[in-house]
Amino acid sequence: MAVIEEAAPRAVRWWDVSRIPVQYYVLGVILLILPAISGDFVLRQIFSWAMILGMISLSLMFLAGYGNMVSLVQMTVAGVAAYMVAIFGTSAIDTISFGWPWWVAAPLAVLVAVVFGTLSGALAVRTEGIYTIMITLAIAAAMFYLVRQNYTLFNGFSGLNQVRAPVFLGVDWRAPVPFYYLTLVWAVLAYFAVVYVSRSPFGLALQGVRDNARRMAALGFNVTAHRITAYAFSSLIAGIAGVLLVWLNGQVSPGTIAVGPAIDILIIAVVGGLAHPIGPFLGAILYVLLRTFALDVLVAFGLGGERFQLLIGLGFLVIVFFSSDGILGLWRRYRERARRDPVTGEARDG
Amino acid sequence: MVRFAERRPFWAAVIVLAVAVLLWAIFAPWPEALEDVVGRKKIFLNALFNGITLGALYFLVASGFTLIFGLMKNVNLAHGSLYMLGGYIGYEVADATGWWLLSFLVSFVVVGAIGVLLQLFVFARMEGQDLKQTLVTIGISIVIADIMLWIWGGDFYQILTPDWITGPIELPLITGISRRSGEYIYLTYPVVRLVILLAAIAIGIGMWLVLNRTRIGMLVRAGVDDRDMLSATGVRIQRVFILVFAFGAGLAGIAGVIGGTFQSMAPGEDIRFLLASLVVVIVGGMGSIPGAALGALLIGLAEQFGSVYAPTYAVVLTFLIMVLVLAFRPQGLIAVRR
Repeated sequence: MAVIEEAAPRAVRWWDVSRIPVQYYVLGVILLILPAISGDFVLRQIFSWAMILGMISLSLMFLAGYGNMVSLVQMTVAGVAAYMVAIFGTSAIDTISFGWPWWVAAPLAVLVAVVFGTLSGALAVRTEGIYTIMITLAIAAAMFYLVRQNYTLFNGFSGLNQVRAPVFLGVDWRAPVPFYYLTLVWAVLAYFAVVYVSRSPFGLALQGVRDNARRMAALGFNVTAHRITAYAFSSLIAGIAGVLLVWLNGQVSPGTIAVGPAIDILIIAVVGGLAHPIGPFLGAILYVLLRTFALDVLVAFGLGGERFQLLIGLGFLVIVFFSSDGILGLWRRYRERARRDPVTGEARDG
Repeated sequence: MVRFAERRPFWAAVIVLAVAVLLWAIFAPWPEALEDVVGRKKIFLNALFNGITLGALYFLVASGFTLIFGLMKNVNLAHGSLYMLGGYIGYEVADATGWWLLSFLVSFVVVGAIGVLLQLFVFARMEGQDLKQTLVTIGISIVIADIMLWIWGGDFYQILTPDWITGPIELPLITGISRRSGEYIYLTYPVVRLVILLAAIAIGIGMWLVLNRTRIGMLVRAGVDDRDMLSATGVRIQRVFILVFAFGAGLAGIAGVIGGTFQSMAPGEDIRFLLASLVVVIVGGMGSIPGAALGALLIGLAEQFGSVYAPTYAVVLTFLIMVLVLAFRPQGLIAVRR
């Protein structure tokens, strides 16, 4: 679980590109040339969506993996940002929307989401472990019922629609290819931000709090402050993802932040793996593929296409039963087994 | 109570005053000036009674939840699904046989049996692994919800009440004075809700008696306090676990029948009642039955008064109660002694 690396033997220059593992290059090139080899639908409805869901799950992974705080409120934080973009910016409901330009609306939306997430976190950290799940679930559900019942600010059941991604620098960011690169840039930024923070003094202290909160408190660390800061940081990621989400869908409604999607985020993070920031993205791409193509597969097997939830639920159950650290855990176990000598059972080098 | 009054005379006075005002508001006819400000007394009384009956329903759901949590320390997030399953089973039984009371029995037994299976095949295998249990119950609730959607579809179902409790009854509570004849107008209220309220109170008292006056209740209380020590004294604690889980699940099943009778069953109710039990248990104190009762009453009243007097913010009121409790008493209003 620990992500603490050994200190490098010599001073490493950050521009020393030869130290970057080859996997990163391969993945990077594939992601960059993807628009050339795939259609608009795949780009928009699979990859962009998966990046956004991956970012929201990444914010959960950061809290759960490094802080042992399983928060179900991340989707709600993203939803708050999405709603705020629609309220501050433009939407079809011009009695509600302020009509501010995007460069005011979007940062403000992220700010509101961070404040909301931090406050939720401040509530949730008053308890520990299993209680955190219950309290964050309660917050998420309360927020869902609030936006569904409130018509003056959130336009109730139907939500706010026709929220468009802006046009700037001469590029229409609604078009699939620019939007894909936009989400890619933010997802990559979020990924490296999490990797960086997890190795920073703050991240190491957070992992210390995860492993033994009492000892960290005795060492003079402010445990509660670390936890709340972790919530604030993860809310930042979730908030940015929320802005992208409303630009992708063009609308936001209570269904966006219902309990179902909140739990889906948890499923994505757990199925992908909570041990490393790449896990949520793996889980997200798997989820999006399932979500998009499960219908065809189910129909091919002679079942009704609407049994998609059942498939997701059963798959989730199987993964949780057999590998509590998701796909990453399966991969690591496979690697360990492959490394072991088949005759003696001892580990081999390489 | 006397000691409380001696220690905190100010708060005792405030509480006595509040109770007096409440009693006056319930029993006395309201002057017109008050009705102009707050609204008609009939609305107030209806909200009050609806809140109490809703609280009774929440109590039934949440007490099973809190009992299971208190003893086994596992959060069963499939509890809402058990509630809804109970409602559907009750509907089928009542629809097929026409016996309303039979549906309670069948629901209790079937949902309780599912609880036994859950304990045997899921929770007993991953004891002490909080996160894993929670994730597994989330998975189970998704699967159950989808199977129920498969079988019963997205329609609304309502269990019909038998003739002997259908219709309204006049309660000896004054709602106002008739302008024409000058006589008092009394509150009329559906009988079925009063029956449900009485049943919930009876179940609550029964549960308290079993927990505090019988041998099995003693085992359960000992298990809540220290289950390792209890099993060290030779009690087969797994059997106690199965029993409590079956009872808690069965209670959710009964609550489902009740909820299906005076509200209705439709997809999404499972999450609503899971949320309600979560909030009730957080407010009341985890693992405490009196806490569940108090929390359920508070949340039921808050929801009803909120939906009458501030319709768009009813949920916020519920949530606000939870926030306040968490801020000032994180262990819940009535915490289990440790």
